[in-house]
Amino acid sequence: MSSRETVLRRIRQATADLPRDPTPTPRSYLRHAPTVAPGDQDGVLALLIERLTEYGAEVRRVADADLSVAVAHALAAARSAVAPAGLPDAWLAQWYGLVRRDAPPLTPAELDATDAVVTTCAAAIAESGTLVLDGGPGQGRRAPTLLPDLHVCVVRESQVHSAMPEAIGRLDASRPLTWISGPSATADIEMIRVQGVHGPRRLTVLLVP
Amino acid sequence: MSKTFMGWPTFPKAAETATADEQLRANVRRATHTIRTKRAALVEERPDWQDLRDTAAALKDDVLAHLDTYLEQIEEKVTAAGGTVHWAADADEANRIVTGLVRDTGESEIVKVKSMLTEEIGLDGALEAAGISARETDLAATIVQLGDDLPSHVVVPALHRNRSEIRDIFAREMGKHGRPAPEDLTDEPEELAEAARLHMREKFLKAKVAVSGANFMVAETGTLCIVESEGNGRMCLTLADTLISVVGIEKTVPTWQDLEVYLQLLARSATGERMAPYTSTWTGVTDGDGPRAFHLVLVDNGRTRALADPVGRQALRCIRCGACMNICPVYERTGGQTYGSVYPGPIGAILNPLLKGADDPQTASLPYASSLCGACNEVCPVKIRFTDVLLKLRHDVAEGDAKVKHRAEKVALKAVEGVMDRGPLWNAAVKAAGTAGRLLPKDMNLPGPLHGWTDSRALPDIPKESFRSWWKRTEGGTK
Amino acid sequence: MPTALFVTCLNDTLYPGTGQAAVTLLRRLGVAVDFPQQQSCCGQMHYNTGYRKETAKLARHFVEVFGEYDEIVVPSASCGGLPSEAYESAAEAAGDAGLLRDVREIAPRVHELTQYLTDTLGVEDVGAHFPHRVTYHPTCHSLRARGLGDRPYRLLRAVGGIDFVELPAQEECCGFGGTFSVKNGAVSGAMNGDKARHVLETGAHVLAAVDNSCLMNIGGRLTKDGHAVRTMHLVEILARTEADGPLADVPVARNGALR
Repeated sequence: MSSRETVLRRIRQATADLPRDPTPTPRSYLRHAPTVAPGDQDGVLALLIERLTEYGAEVRRVADADLSVAVAHALAAARSAVAPAGLPDAWLAQWYGLVRRDAPPLTPAELDATDAVVTTCAAAIAESGTLVLDGGPGQGRRAPTLLPDLHVCVVRESQVHSAMPEAIGRLDASRPLTWISGPSATADIEMIRVQGVHGPRRLTVLLVP
Repeated sequence: MSKTFMGWPTFPKAAETATADEQLRANVRRATHTIRTKRAALVEERPDWQDLRDTAAALKDDVLAHLDTYLEQIEEKVTAAGGTVHWAADADEANRIVTGLVRDTGESEIVKVKSMLTEEIGLDGALEAAGISARETDLAATIVQLGDDLPSHVVVPALHRNRSEIRDIFAREMGKHGRPAPEDLTDEPEELAEAARLHMREKFLKAKVAVSGANFMVAETGTLCIVESEGNGRMCLTLADTLISVVGIEKTVPTWQDLEVYLQLLARSATGERMAPYTSTWTGVTDGDGPRAFHLVLVDNGRTRALADPVGRQALRCIRCGACMNICPVYERTGGQTYGSVYPGPIGAILNPLLKGADDPQTASLPYASSLCGACNEVCPVKIRFTDVLLKLRHDVAEGDAKVKHRAEKVALKAVEGVMDRGPLWNAAVKAAGTAGRLLPKDMNLPGPLHGWTDSRALPDIPKESFRSWWKRTEGGTK
Repeated sequence: MPTALFVTCLNDTLYPGTGQAAVTLLRRLGVAVDFPQQQSCCGQMHYNTGYRKETAKLARHFVEVFGEYDEIVVPSASCGGLPSEAYESAAEAAGDAGLLRDVREIAPRVHELTQYLTDTLGVEDVGAHFPHRVTYHPTCHSLRARGLGDRPYRLLRAVGGIDFVELPAQEECCGFGGTFSVKNGAVSGAMNGDKARHVLETGAHVLAAVDNSCLMNIGGRLTKDGHAVRTMHLVEILARTEADGPLADVPVARNGALR
């Protein structure tokens, strides 16, 4: 008998006393952030900003027309930045650093030697201050948002959801997703939070209408 | 060979050493109280916390009741998405599968994302025996591995270490395994984390094979999910060519949408955050992004044994948040290694006997490593009733199938009970105790097993007259 | 039908004053009290150590002794909780369907004393007077299994002359845990040491609780370390009136009523 069959047989024996019919699952938890009324998008945006700021991320609200200036400002200290496929060229037009396209794919060593990355996102969750990347246009592979030390993420207001339950159903599970809730951190040493271990140490979020 | 918990002393014996270690107790106390406080504040801000717990428990119960079909579904979806699924009935088989997969790549140094399951099955030792060096990448797991130590917590495995101990380990050991720690390394947490960042980055950039566990597996989609803080998980999941995820069969959740329940509970319970900094989800392999080969090893290793216990099976709901150990007054005084397993604290006290059977004295001592205070029941995000399971497991040891028996204790309790269920005999015994009590000095140290009481406590005064004698003499206090 | 007092074996042998205080207080509140003399032990120690079949025998005895009473009052949260928490699984382990039926029937009639006062009798001010500094330890059983909540505090705060102080880290276990205190003496002692330290921090002269087992544990530590803090079951405080005056060997709180 294969181990597959062994394990499945053991499971069936172990659960023989349980009813096979599915039992209804209670679902009384909130589908939105507890502090924001459903439909209050201004409240949702304010909460996202509050949460991201708590994480130590820099958040700026920017008009579309000012985005290229805001990107240049966010990248002021960087000499090089990755631009994933699908990121509008215009966004980097005001910045004079080295723009690295990820095509052909940059090697890990090349990414490691790059200071920053600029991306869009697939969704954001206000309640937990989370940005979700799904590899879509302007987001690219996962590695480029990991090795450079500064991540600049452009978020559309319409992409911001109140809480996890509202967001997760709109995401495509078949794509590799990265859910980012503040910069890389550890508390493994005496429970003292240290920001920046392996991922980017700095996160800048540009929130556009 | 990597250190293991083989031959570990029973809980009371190990606890005698641990409770006498002031440094250990201070480290554990500080850490558990910090997380406890943060957790409490974040739970407070969720008015629907109990609702989330109810759903989380119900979903896991559904998973356990239909685990066979859910696992078949996972296998189908992962395979369809370009992954390969392997089944391991026990630790040896899981280790053989992973070792074989790594050998096939020709690599001799691999990176790992912290996984309690790979600790449970002793994977590092098995790989080492096959000439493969597996380097941990999580900071706490690195501290444990470099210090040739054992984990003491499921979320923060090096919780028993303080900063100066960590500094010494880094300064002494990092150079033996790659980039050494800076000469002038101090014990500032920022500097220690930076040393780990530099030491590990070298390994991430050249690693071709990564081994991980998983926090969740979604049956509906075949998606795996890892929650972490540092980014070491993302490194392993993204940069390696081959990813091998070794996952316990109970990590299943039914649907993609159901993740919303656990992702809202896990970080709040584990670290007192709303979400951990990084959550990664992936399904099989993706062209042009991440590993080209993905292997999922589904591991039983006693889980079906636990599943067969009608009371104990709820322990398989566990999402390894560690909230039970952070709140546990016993864990706080002993630290995690005292439990002799990678699963310490209340969950360890129930999970180990359920997975292995209480057939050796160490495992059989675990259900008794609790005062039954019930604090763990209240914080568990999946509503495991620890005290119910502890009592059931004690029953297995006392009167059930477990091979370890406490014969002398049984004889003693039986003798007491034999008197207690007969009124006249009990009346006589109470009267005799009153007489004997007057002869016992208050500060005496009792011999045998009762010394556990008198080591730290005086005996109570034994009154001259029992309640029943008083009732009889005064006719119920009326005379 | 009088209310039956199940005094518990521990109170019977070591803390008869608790049983006497329960009788005094209940009578003062107009309750007729009976003490069925064949009673012995609830089986807590047996059950918590894993001996369910032995517990079943004591459960059977409990049913025989108390079966005909409408209300059974217990001055202990842990022993008072056992019939509802343990007797069913004890009967199941013994394979005794008749006992299972009987324990299900009797369990709702067994009341922990504090709950009996506040919920069944509906009183908070029981006319007590106790001019001493008191702190209160909510035992794990009273706190988590029985869910007494603020009931003991309401009763204590209504006591005349009392100087009540909150115990720091009160929700943490004292380390008793029945046979745990013996089987795991080192851990139990460490937990108890912290509890005793918190008691001393309050400056209270009296430590109250609704379980004498836990008080025996904490009091044993305080005595061993040479501290004069007195341990008293809550009902012993509630039973005292102005006519009794202050306790002879315990300092009197002067401004208690104002606190």
